[in-house]
Amino acid sequence: MAETLTTAEVAERLRALPEGSAVAFKLGGAEYADNYLQALAAVLRDFASEVQGYTIYVSVTNPSTLVNSLLSSLDIPPERVFFVDAISHIMMSNSSRLPNASYVESPTMLENIMLRVEYFLKKTDAPRKIVILDSVNSFAIHNDTSILAEFFHILVNNLKSRGITTVILAVAEDTSLELDNILSLVCDDTLRLGNPAPVPGSRS
Amino acid sequence: MVSAPAHPPLSVERCATGIEGLDNILDGGIPRGNTVLVSGSCGTGKTTLSLEFLVRGAMAGERSLFLSVTEASPKILQNLSTFEFFDPKVMADHHLTFLDVPVLYDKLGLQREELSSEDIDLLVGSIVKLASELKVQRLVLDSITSVCYRVRQDEKIRDLILKLGKGLSDIDCTSILVSEIGPQENRYSLYGVEEAIADGVLLLGNVQRRGDLLRTLKVIKMRGTTHSRAQYVLDLTPLGILLAPYLKGGRSWEGT
Repeated sequence: MAETLTTAEVAERLRALPEGSAVAFKLGGAEYADNYLQALAAVLRDFASEVQGYTIYVSVTNPSTLVNSLLSSLDIPPERVFFVDAISHIMMSNSSRLPNASYVESPTMLENIMLRVEYFLKKTDAPRKIVILDSVNSFAIHNDTSILAEFFHILVNNLKSRGITTVILAVAEDTSLELDNILSLVCDDTLRLGNPAPVPGSRS
Repeated sequence: MVSAPAHPPLSVERCATGIEGLDNILDGGIPRGNTVLVSGSCGTGKTTLSLEFLVRGAMAGERSLFLSVTEASPKILQNLSTFEFFDPKVMADHHLTFLDVPVLYDKLGLQREELSSEDIDLLVGSIVKLASELKVQRLVLDSITSVCYRVRQDEKIRDLILKLGKGLSDIDCTSILVSEIGPQENRYSLYGVEEAIADGVLLLGNVQRRGDLLRTLKVIKMRGTTHSRAQYVLDLTPLGILLAPYLKGGRSWEGT
């Protein structure tokens, strides 16, 4: 069962994890945007900055330019963040390209996403590296669950074996049983930020 | 219970390609002295893979020679600038050399449209002599298909590859022969004899999955080593070629 934590508690829990851990990060649907910002602050600012880690942010939900501007607003140093952006191209976005991003044509090109993560891992010799996958739900929009299970299984285990921390973002209420099973299989821990969205028609 | 053999099998010396994923698949690299056919249709990464094999070797201190049949060397050289790890010093100190085969044809007086058996002997002899004089340990011929285009007969092609492979192997030179095939062809070379003579075959291709075109690599054969027979997805990056396992997802989406 996932615990509901504050930003500071999340960062503390991440610091306590051994290197090479994989964590599912479930964001409550109520006030999702706030929870998402809290998640970024906890992982990239409070945790990654403190351990002098480099973050590889795999962006399937939002274009990297948007995530990058959010990171700026949180005072997260951009030189420690690389993006694997698998959504901008398919959105036919005309927005300017980031120098610290590598663009994959489609979220269905899962092997290419793995290879771009590998590219950035090879590019930096920082002792501490963190890979954020945002999000399991967005991956599931574009991919069949069986190939997604294979993707997460291979990628996360590869990162674990090299002592790299993996954080997988998920929207708590939109995560199906199949996706939950994938997260349970590959993750060592599940953390929760924020409250669940209210069920339509129910009284609070 | 099976007892251990009295003499463990002799380990074959490897020529590490320097492409990390490929060396893992080949259990350490290409057995030294092997002649390997790198087959694929256009845009699959044959020339890039071959160039990286040579550059990595040159950077590690091995003399490397690129024989270009179809494209002029200056054009090939432009591709090197995309490699972040490339140091132009390897060309200045002659660890990496480029030669246009048409220049060699002219020098040897091989002007006939179809090469005779004597012409083939002269061409092979010249290449091996050059490799020997330059102390070349890695050689790429891009492409063997273009050379075979002037040979045409199967038995002569067989003779050409056999003699070239043996001559280079005798001087411990590991070689790559680039083979051009059309898309969706169920074979490894244009003439069908090249793969039988070569010690190894690497097949590069394009696999379509849900409309996306993925570059792929498979080791079809490699004498002198155990190797993976799985399919891999390949990416051409400034850090060189990277490989990842091809995801099957429990069902078949692909149509080649």
